[in-house]
Amino acid sequence: MEALVAIAIGVLTATGVYLLLRARTYPVLLGLTLLSYAVNLFLFVTGRIVVASAPLTDQGLEVYPDPIPQALVLTAIVIGFGMTALLVVLALRAIRDTGGDHVDGGQR
Amino acid sequence: MTHLVILPVLLPLVAGSLLLLAARLGDGVRRAIGLAATFALLPLALLLLARVTDGTHLVYALGGWAPPFGIVLVADRLAAVMLLLTAIVALASLVYAWTGDDPLGSQYQALFQFQLLGINGAFLTGDLFNLFVFFEVLLIASYALLLHGLGAQRVGAALHVVVLNLVGSALFLFAVGTLYGVTGTLNLADLARVMPLLGPDVAPLARSGALLLLGVFALKAALLPLGFWLPRAYAAATGATAALFAVLTKVGVYSILRVYPLVFGPGAGEVANVAAAWVLPVALVTLAFGALGVLGARTLRMSAGWMVVYSVGTLLVAVGLFSEAGYAAAVYYTAHSTLASAALFLVSDLIARQRVIGGDRLEVADSMPHGAVLGTLFFFTAITIAGLPPLSGFIGKLFVLEAASAAPGAALIWTLLLVAALVVIVAVARTGSALFWRTAGEVPAGRAPPLDRRAVGATAGLLACVLALVAWGGAATSYAWETARQLADPAGYVAAVLGADDGVREHRRSLR
Repeated sequence: MEALVAIAIGVLTATGVYLLLRARTYPVLLGLTLLSYAVNLFLFVTGRIVVASAPLTDQGLEVYPDPIPQALVLTAIVIGFGMTALLVVLALRAIRDTGGDHVDGGQR
Repeated sequence: MTHLVILPVLLPLVAGSLLLLAARLGDGVRRAIGLAATFALLPLALLLLARVTDGTHLVYALGGWAPPFGIVLVADRLAAVMLLLTAIVALASLVYAWTGDDPLGSQYQALFQFQLLGINGAFLTGDLFNLFVFFEVLLIASYALLLHGLGAQRVGAALHVVVLNLVGSALFLFAVGTLYGVTGTLNLADLARVMPLLGPDVAPLARSGALLLLGVFALKAALLPLGFWLPRAYAAATGATAALFAVLTKVGVYSILRVYPLVFGPGAGEVANVAAAWVLPVALVTLAFGALGVLGARTLRMSAGWMVVYSVGTLLVAVGLFSEAGYAAAVYYTAHSTLASAALFLVSDLIARQRVIGGDRLEVADSMPHGAVLGTLFFFTAITIAGLPPLSGFIGKLFVLEAASAAPGAALIWTLLLVAALVVIVAVARTGSALFWRTAGEVPAGRAPPLDRRAVGATAGLLACVLALVAWGGAATSYAWETARQLADPAGYVAAVLGADDGVREHRRSLR
């Protein structure tokens, strides 16, 4: 299970970084989105992976997941969502104002 | 007044929300609300400063949850002085914005308050994750303020800033996650207590988390090679916004100064002094590039932007010494450089407004009306920021040099600091003569806008604060030394936040 999650995070990060280095705003946006998925998954498993148990503590339960990473992930998701929305608007605005979707403005 | 600590966060939050609701009210009302809320930060910051100046840490547990579990705000000397600087710069910048920036868009006042909310929160938080949250609050407000007024140049610069900072946020979360995974806590004081207990098996993880975090802070503080975004972005922003942004880079510096001596200080066992090998070399490179950037800038605003990079470099040299003398120099230099950079941005904007033909380009152009007033303002700002006597830049630089004299590699540090200072002096002298002396002809009467008294007053007010740093230099340096002593002794911070009660923590550790 750990290996699977680790590979998933790695692939998401690698894809995200690759797209982030592209010269057009749309791939960059997708790259950032993938990177934030990787971050969220990573934060989630920092509380260790607990399989087949209640999501929070229950009476008499020996093994249960750490609730704090879950709270952190929620916050991170909300913030990431807002930031992505802002970037979408900004990228569209840049196309209108600079005449192209190159990250340095214009068509290039 | 136990709630005093949270007021610098609550006040901008309430004022900003009120301003959003009051969108239909006239500009005058909104401006009055914004100015009143910003002005009120000044006495609040002074009150906090007075309360912490004897060395106490004011700890505020939100909702009454005990520290390692709940969220805490902590005010100590460093936080209080940063709050005071923010309040001063914010007030000057908002008064200046009154004269031209704020009418450019409908939500300037509200955004300004949210920006202050993020900055004040970042200075007060005692928790790594909330540092992230407040960073995001201040960033999202800063994006909007940077875009204020729009135009292709601003949109282009903002796109870079937003993408870079989103990557920075992702790295921040990776770092926070790594540290949490290793230590099981995010409270800074608790982290400081857990760090020495880490075994050699998990120490490399903690070390990589710490260095990732350093990268993020370096991006916020615009340390090279992560700082190339700054000059263009700050040059594209309106004058008042750029002046407020002078505080933003200091948030990155503050975070380094807050986290590394406390959590990864000499007493941190396996991860002790993790940042020591990195900060100083990077700071020296930043310093050199900053000075060259100032020399090579073709517009006044770009030169002001590079000046910020240069002064962050100097500041981080002091921080990078990781010694008590270094911290003291850093505190004094932070105060100087925040005020002087903000003044420089305001002066640049004033000059650009008055030069009808030349704008802020450093080339032969029309002479300015009101050249005497603007020239005087520019002269004082320039000698302050270039570090010439008798103003605070000189004392600050002397402070840094003295702190560096005991460090290994002092010869190199001194050489770089002094040569860079010389380069900056040359650049500033060239800028001044290009603007005020090498002029071609008078401007036809009536084409230049009248000089706004409030704008001049805001700039002069900042310069008066710089003067106060010299006039009351004794008090300022002794405060800086006291702050440095507090930073060099993390035990006081830990004890103030966590108290003497180990029971709670033991319970927590047994859970994991």
